[in-house]
Amino acid sequence: MAKRMTPLHRLLTASLLAMLLFAAGLAMAAIEVRQFNDPVMTQRYESLTDSLRCPKCANQAIGDSNSPIAEDMRERVAQLLSEGRSDREIQDYMIDRFGEYVLYNPRLTDRTWVLWGLPAALVVMGGIVIALIVRARRSASNRALSREERERLDALINRERTQ
Amino acid sequence: MRRRLLLLIPLVLFGVLAVFLYQGLSMNPSARDSALLAREFPAFELATLEDPEAMVDESLLKGQVTLVNVWGEWCPTCKQEMPQLLELAERGVRLVGVDYKDTRAKGQEFLKEFGNPFELNIFDPEGSLGFDLGVYGAPETFLVDADGIIRYHHTGYITPEDVEQVILPEVEKWRSE
Repeated sequence: MAKRMTPLHRLLTASLLAMLLFAAGLAMAAIEVRQFNDPVMTQRYESLTDSLRCPKCANQAIGDSNSPIAEDMRERVAQLLSEGRSDREIQDYMIDRFGEYVLYNPRLTDRTWVLWGLPAALVVMGGIVIALIVRARRSASNRALSREERERLDALINRERTQ
Repeated sequence: MRRRLLLLIPLVLFGVLAVFLYQGLSMNPSARDSALLAREFPAFELATLEDPEAMVDESLLKGQVTLVNVWGEWCPTCKQEMPQLLELAERGVRLVGVDYKDTRAKGQEFLKEFGNPFELNIFDPEGSLGFDLGVYGAPETFLVDADGIIRYHHTGYITPEDVEQVILPEVEKWRSE
């Protein structure tokens, strides 16, 4: 049998419901949803707004931020998309105004090749070091047998054979 | 001996990395040059705040060194910045305002209350000129030379010290170019 709700219970339940509804409203109010007729467009819009960095916020893509400038930039991305501009052109458009900072993935240029090249160079260097170490160990174990050791080894092998 | 020295390589690498990262600690992550430096002031055609009928464009900024200040009534820092701008105007710097994402009534009210150091104000309610300038907050200030080229960009509040130490020297520098 269900217990009857006291007025306090009722109040608590009601305020909890109100809070949940409010939170849901906030979450939806943060970033507007844009629908294009073409699903490819929607996908391009999403990938662009996820890869452009909001100039005002510390570390957020314009697709994640509800700051006014991010909103303006999303709006502009949508507008440029519907004008038929390419992804590259839209990125250039933003770089023209807000600088290279807006790209989460910097382009490979004279200034950024170190950034892109360094990890690859480190992997190659690591590979060379490992190869050198392995080679050194291998030749060391080939060479290091003294006469005494060799005799012992021969003795061991012979014992094995005669058994 | 040679092998011993080789063992020092990781330590040296660590040292280099430590110095590099330590420097980063004292850097201001929001300080970066405007993308528009050494480029022409973007083209625009907007009405003035003072008169909805009077249209102005980028030719307004040619002929002499001008300080373009982007402000809005909604921006508290802009209010604190006004005394410095008034001082700059008094010392002979030509100022043009951009009333950014504002309503005409509020913008005009703002100037009545806090003073008007501007020769005129470009009214940019949609923020379209602001967008082309790469403005992501107000106040922001651009120094435009006599040829209409952007030469200096100040993000955020101009302090009284900035007036003496940064803005006036920059104005002088580009006046004599």
